[in-house]
Amino acid sequence: MSTLKAPPRPDCAAEPEPMVKLAGVGHTHAGGQVALRGIDLQIARGERVAIIGPSGAGKTTLLRLLATSLKPDQGELELLGKQPWTLAATARQRLRTRIGLIHQAPPLPPRQRVVTAVLAGRLGQWSLFKSLFSLIFPLERQGAVDALGRLDLADKLYMRCDQLSGGQLQRVGIARVLYQAPDLILADEPVSAMDPVLASHTLGVLGREAQRRNATLLASLHAVELALEHFPRIIGVRDGCVLFDKPATAIGHDELTALYANEQLEHAPSSPAAPPPQLNIPRC
Amino acid sequence: MLNPALARHDPATASRLMLTLLALALLWPGLKLSELDLGVLFDGSNADTMGTFVSAFWPPEHSGEFLGLLWHATLETLAIATAGMALALGVALPCALLATRAMSLSALSRGGRPAWWAQALRWPVRGLLIVLRSIPEIVWALLFVRAVGLGPTAGVLAIAITYAGMLGKVYAEIFESVDPLPARALLGTGASRLQAFLYGVLPQATGEMLSYSVYRWECAIRASVVMGFVGAGGLGQQMDLSMRMFAGGEVASMLLTFLALVLLADLLSRMLRWRFA
Repeated sequence: MSTLKAPPRPDCAAEPEPMVKLAGVGHTHAGGQVALRGIDLQIARGERVAIIGPSGAGKTTLLRLLATSLKPDQGELELLGKQPWTLAATARQRLRTRIGLIHQAPPLPPRQRVVTAVLAGRLGQWSLFKSLFSLIFPLERQGAVDALGRLDLADKLYMRCDQLSGGQLQRVGIARVLYQAPDLILADEPVSAMDPVLASHTLGVLGREAQRRNATLLASLHAVELALEHFPRIIGVRDGCVLFDKPATAIGHDELTALYANEQLEHAPSSPAAPPPQLNIPRC
Repeated sequence: MLNPALARHDPATASRLMLTLLALALLWPGLKLSELDLGVLFDGSNADTMGTFVSAFWPPEHSGEFLGLLWHATLETLAIATAGMALALGVALPCALLATRAMSLSALSRGGRPAWWAQALRWPVRGLLIVLRSIPEIVWALLFVRAVGLGPTAGVLAIAITYAGMLGKVYAEIFESVDPLPARALLGTGASRLQAFLYGVLPQATGEMLSYSVYRWECAIRASVVMGFVGAGGLGQQMDLSMRMFAGGEVASMLLTFLALVLLADLLSRMLRWRFA
């Protein structure tokens, strides 16, 4: 028996460095509105996490902080073992190639063809010459076809983005991130424009992709059932704070009620001329 | 009262009235200072002079020899305009990329506002574009005719310099006017600024850029004609000669040629816009 080959060791599931680490992170919008305060969060490699919470709770801000498209005002943010805002600009751009953000309304130029929009996911890894050439004669078309095929959109390869419906456009945005193949997949309401069946199917595709490559997946969702169905870990956000952070199996009905409780809506029918909304007082 | 908003005065009335009055008040001194007097057009001897000049326009000159000359001059004019535009584009595109706020990396995490030092770095380029376009092409043409002698080279250089300034400024503004989110999303996935420009901004800006460039090319044709009068070649130089010889028919033929050239530019622009916008 050959001793050259080491016996296959069980994969070390617990990686020393968490993929995402937030310590006391807060963010205030330019208008002075506090979006997030004192967020502490650790997410390991390969975890699949859903962020739920009412509108305006700070879900999008949290995802944009993780995508390094916003700089936190307070606290420490660590992504893939690096602190993005202490890095030099070029090193930060390199770090960004490993992070993919799926936007709720994918920002795609209306006249761009689907093939180009998907291939743009890997620009960070391409040379300038290659991207210039691919703009005219798309290279690596097979990669785009594969990514689109998993979302049942392969037939739209040569369509223009403005010829697609909202749900199709969202799937093109997802295909771009699938093609980018990042270590950290962030998704901001990725299925909001799809019907329930398609939404569930698409989240399944995203989840399997993350599992296959052992990537970390973080998605904000409005539909609680979808979150509970597809994600093992659920984070509830309200008024810029983390209300709970639990396995999906441990979420109770009361917690969801507290998360989505809305005093203003309850009072709304009784008095049509409602007083202006009061300042949100943090409940945590 | 059905709608309480209707009962109140339109809050914009007063300011709009003031602006209208101000515009009228500024117009009057303008007319006085420029000494505009339409009466001279209908003054007896002036009208006669113009009349004889214009009456000589018919019939337009169409002898074979002259048409050959005209053909050559037209080609030269087109060549001056096109070569000048090509040179101008070579300067304008890099300058526009440097001057535009659309490709700012520092703006990415600051809600679209670049850092102050990044803004300061754009000012020298903006300044250069202002200098390039603030001196009229005819002045450059006079300068270059002295430097490189009579002929099309002076016209090409004059157009290249002035139009680089104009194109650079307008391109930079077009880049800033398109939706910035696609480019920002690409910068967020680690793309370089030039890559984000190519995949995020350019697809949205092509139509407007093409249409403006073709319009500028049309302007360059006209400018090269004007510069011909100071010896920079092309149709203008030919027209200068014909006017000096009071050959109205030749002038008429050349004006018709202009008309055809401008029509051609218009058709081209419409075709490109239909394809790209």
